[in-house]
Amino acid sequence: MQANKRRRILPGFGLSLGFTVAYLGLVVLFPLLLVFVKASGLGWRGFYEALATDRVWAACRLTFGLSLLAGLLNGVFGLLIAWVLARYQFPGRRFLDASVDLPFAMPTAVAGIALTTLYAPNGWIGSLLKPYGIKVAFAPAGILIALVFIGLPFVVRTLQPVLEDLEVAQEEAAASLGASRWKTFQRVVLPQLVPALITGTTLAFARAVGEYGSVVFIAGNMPGKTEILPLLIITKLEQYDYPGATALASMMLVVSFGLLLLINYLQRKTLVRNQA
Amino acid sequence: MSAPSRSTQDPAWTRVLLISGAVGFLVLFLFVPLTLVFAEAFRKGIKVYADAVTEANALSAIVLTVTVALISVPLNAVFGIAASWAIAKFSFKGKSLLLSLIDLPFAVSPVVSGLVWILLCGTRGLFGPWLQEHNIQIVFAVPGMVLATVFVTFPFVARELIPLMQAQGNDQEYAALSLGASGWQTFRRVTLPNIKWALFYGIILCNARAMGEFGAVSVVSGHIRGETNTLPLHVEVLYNEYNSAAAFACASILSLLGLLTLGLKTFIEWRLRLHRQKH
Repeated sequence: MQANKRRRILPGFGLSLGFTVAYLGLVVLFPLLLVFVKASGLGWRGFYEALATDRVWAACRLTFGLSLLAGLLNGVFGLLIAWVLARYQFPGRRFLDASVDLPFAMPTAVAGIALTTLYAPNGWIGSLLKPYGIKVAFAPAGILIALVFIGLPFVVRTLQPVLEDLEVAQEEAAASLGASRWKTFQRVVLPQLVPALITGTTLAFARAVGEYGSVVFIAGNMPGKTEILPLLIITKLEQYDYPGATALASMMLVVSFGLLLLINYLQRKTLVRNQA
Repeated sequence: MSAPSRSTQDPAWTRVLLISGAVGFLVLFLFVPLTLVFAEAFRKGIKVYADAVTEANALSAIVLTVTVALISVPLNAVFGIAASWAIAKFSFKGKSLLLSLIDLPFAVSPVVSGLVWILLCGTRGLFGPWLQEHNIQIVFAVPGMVLATVFVTFPFVARELIPLMQAQGNDQEYAALSLGASGWQTFRRVTLPNIKWALFYGIILCNARAMGEFGAVSVVSGHIRGETNTLPLHVEVLYNEYNSAAAFACASILSLLGLLTLGLKTFIEWRLRLHRQKH
């Protein structure tokens, strides 16, 4: 009833929705759909043959494994940074707060060459690690560092508003009942942060799985060893192996859509919880 | 936030420890790499730097980067306004599905975002034969790079405007209409002033990504020097040629763009907070 009334009062519904749907369909949905149409043209057998190679399997393990590890590391350090920014007053806090978004603002290729030069055996940090036999650049550890770099803002920015809205009264109650500060954090604060922490970690993981620019320079790109999935797609394209690239891309799309659904679900749950 | 009482205040040593941990992590992961970009850019002196950023291929890369952004950012800004008008001002079936679909490009790997255009417009793509017949080059040329950029930066403006317009409601627009304003007048005089900072915010983020995009553009660019290399791609070429000083000189321009974006973003966030407190 109200919907109909509103529709009559404000103009431009048909135009704006029509344009939105047409543009979305043309620029996003149709091209994405085509990937699946092309992939289904391979048939199950062709699809299986394109994906069931040692090289693809190694790239999958490397990409998903390191992305998961990066997401978890971001969960730990993101919680630390969000806590410090939300709870403590100290000189430079605002500056630090603004700088957290740097990985969003820096082009990925710039981050890529900067991290590579930094961790290369003759770089500022790489040369410090070299005497201990630690190899970062052109090894999986380098990929991990790049993935932690680009994923950090996701966790901090998801946790920060939740931390700022937490009721201090609950912590006071816990303290007045004799709980230590650490116990209060464990039993009262942390449980309320868990949904946001999982959401942020999942966001960081999802970004890491598809990341290309910041990783490709530092990775070393050895097939089977330090070759990530997005790079493998590009390699297949350059070899005119379109079926292989399409099969890989459709698999990655299925994973991204699954993660998107999961993130939507988690965010809705966090919202309900905070409103309750 | 209320002033923390003693009981919820962490002990001083904990605070110092946690703050040092957070600062140390951010310095190591953000500030050291950023400093390195500028240090490497100027390592061989100001002349090498100036030459690197004024050389013909670098200039044409800058022009192309700006061109691609100038086409794709306005397109997505118009889309963002239309989408937020439809979604925030009206109720209709399938709204939440539409909202999720708008976010879709953020979930897709940049490489896949480029690949879709090859499948669509490449020589062996769906429209490939038709495009070839009519002598239209999309992939490995500027139009393909624009399309890939549009895809990658698609949600930025819309996702800033939709929540804000939803929160603002329709009352002011109703008032304007009841006073005899036309629909277009209402939008221009009432809605637009209310959303201008959020719109600016979305456009800035959209622009930063459009100018800095690497993966998607790399797939559809033909990597033709002086023709289809944007600045991030030019950085890659220089870096792979072991021309580190020039690569970092061009990278420093992109870093400045990133820092400018961050500065403007912080400023607008401050303005938006002020705006909200006033109302």
